[in-house]
Amino acid sequence: MAMTLFDKLWEDHLVAQLDDGNSLIAIDRILLHERTGAIALYGLKSKNRSVVLPKHVFCTIDHIVDTMPGRPNKARMPGGEVFIQALRDSARSAGVTLFDVDDPNQGIVHVIAPELGIALPGLSVICPDSHTCTLGALGTLTWGVGSTEAEHALATGTLRIKKPRTMKVCFDGELVPGVVAKDMMLHLIAEYSASGGSGYAVEFSGDAVSSLSMSGRMTLCNMAVEFGASTGLIGVDDRTIEYVAKRPFGVRTELQSAATNYWLQLRSGSDATFDATIRICASDIRPMVTWGTSPEHAIPLGTSVPGKKKRDQVDRDTSIDKAMNYMGVQSAKNISDFTINGAFIGSCTNGRLEDLRKAAVVLKGKRVAPGVKAICVPGSTQTKIAAESEGLDKVFLDAGFEWRESGCALCFYAGEKGFAEGDRIVSSTNRNFEGRQGPGVRTHLASPETVAASAIAGHIVSYTSGQED
Amino acid sequence: MTPISTVVGTAVCLLRDNIDTDTIIPSREIKVVSKTGLGPSLFAAWRYLDSEKREPNPEFILNSQKYHDARILIAGENFGCGSSREHAVWALKDYGFDAVIAPSFGRIFYENCVYNGLLPVVLELQAVLGIVKQIETPGISPEVRIDLLRQHVIGPDGIEHAFEISEANKEMLSSGLDHIAVTEKYIDAIDAFREKDREKRPWAYL
Repeated sequence: MAMTLFDKLWEDHLVAQLDDGNSLIAIDRILLHERTGAIALYGLKSKNRSVVLPKHVFCTIDHIVDTMPGRPNKARMPGGEVFIQALRDSARSAGVTLFDVDDPNQGIVHVIAPELGIALPGLSVICPDSHTCTLGALGTLTWGVGSTEAEHALATGTLRIKKPRTMKVCFDGELVPGVVAKDMMLHLIAEYSASGGSGYAVEFSGDAVSSLSMSGRMTLCNMAVEFGASTGLIGVDDRTIEYVAKRPFGVRTELQSAATNYWLQLRSGSDATFDATIRICASDIRPMVTWGTSPEHAIPLGTSVPGKKKRDQVDRDTSIDKAMNYMGVQSAKNISDFTINGAFIGSCTNGRLEDLRKAAVVLKGKRVAPGVKAICVPGSTQTKIAAESEGLDKVFLDAGFEWRESGCALCFYAGEKGFAEGDRIVSSTNRNFEGRQGPGVRTHLASPETVAASAIAGHIVSYTSGQED
Repeated sequence: MTPISTVVGTAVCLLRDNIDTDTIIPSREIKVVSKTGLGPSLFAAWRYLDSEKREPNPEFILNSQKYHDARILIAGENFGCGSSREHAVWALKDYGFDAVIAPSFGRIFYENCVYNGLLPVVLELQAVLGIVKQIETPGISPEVRIDLLRQHVIGPDGIEHAFEISEANKEMLSSGLDHIAVTEKYIDAIDAFREKDREKRPWAYL
């Protein structure tokens, strides 16, 4: 019987089936950042253990590094320098690669890993960060893990894990113009809940997925964790092979053809059986935005905040009321009627070059509405350099956006001066949790195109309706 | 890690769905490279009226006298979703929780619980609601008993509710063993795998 992509990757990394029902899976690359990585390296050292494959471990400083232009060598979080210094010290001591703040390879871990060829099809990659599933877009076997599990992988080159079930999420047909990868994921999560993928390795497939750029595919897989999935992944095709070619940490020339041959079989067989299947008609999807405090609180732009019929079946829970209260939105009111004070473009979800290009198309020759604080933070230093070489920085700056150094930045608040309590932000990030972008800050998730259009309009509008305005 | 067999104590309910790890411990609260001392930061945004003076919010359930010695947290669907930060588990442990009961959990959070001796109990929603109803009834002692080895939860009414947990996770929690040491028993299998794999996927090695 034909195998699924996940089963193929699993089988090729299976070291041992353990008596207790877990499996021992070989890990090919380990990525670390200052927020959760240093503590893993410290933990290892405290137990007098060393890193088993130090060449396969890469560290970067992305989470709490300052992103202001010409950034000083400090954290955006008061006192956060201890995390940066701890990673420097522990990376040096462990003999692993570190892309420091001033390194041209620095950037958000999930942006630089594909960019530099650290993540490749057919590899297994873990990182103590929940968005590691981003890398599944390359046909990579990935898991976000805790620091303790990362410690285990550093020491043994393996992960102890119970095999998840497999799910296929098939986006059939074509997307309507103006609908992008971010909208696909918000649509999926709104329909099937933030735990709809729980227990599954989710493969995204279908014509609408094959048609996506690699950047769009990474956006899909990035938000697999917001769907509750164990991980996300996409089969390898010519676009994948082309994308991963000639990356600095990629495959050596003499091994390229062997690698390509291996990679080309990294697709689910046409009659492979999944434990669950969800089919979505791509043309049903509209540009989406969240109204509440979970990614599942998403609705098509221009529609109204849902009322009681969309509420949870069981009368157990005031989650919806609390979300509405926190967000300052009311049932039956059109989401486009809410005035915004902030716009953020960046993050591992939508901070890649293509995202900046698409936002720049919307912003070109326009100005953000009065009273809107707009910020763009490229996902990596390489992304920033490439964007500047195309003049995108000027487009953002002329439109009234701040143009910053790369990092995770205001995807989450770490204690710096950012958005203010009660501010309403439309954001290209992945989490609209209470307080995620600052105490009392209200986050509406959307695509970079929607963020750009909304920044200009001063309220939440889609790129296409923004044009009509 | 201290081995767990049973957890008995006061249970407190935070019955919201999708309580994320940012809510369990906001990033701004994580100030030192350490696994300890995070208890005061637990649920900081809900628990205090303001982040500076930390005046307790009287409306937040953990601040009520009835639950001052809570050891078991009962929550809604998808508890611990979001960020992988293990600090969420360290904060719950440091505060004094030994177990969390919920209909479902975020995957990484659940695994972090297992590696840190915080007992995660997946209990079906109806059972959770039944226990919550009893606990919140005035005059009833909010005591819950969880037996890991026999895999059941007993609420104040004495009724047993069975729960599922994998053998591996049960073993990890009940033995308190160091997981790296456990895996090191397989060192020969790992070495043999790598040797074969270097031939099969030479491009995967740097």
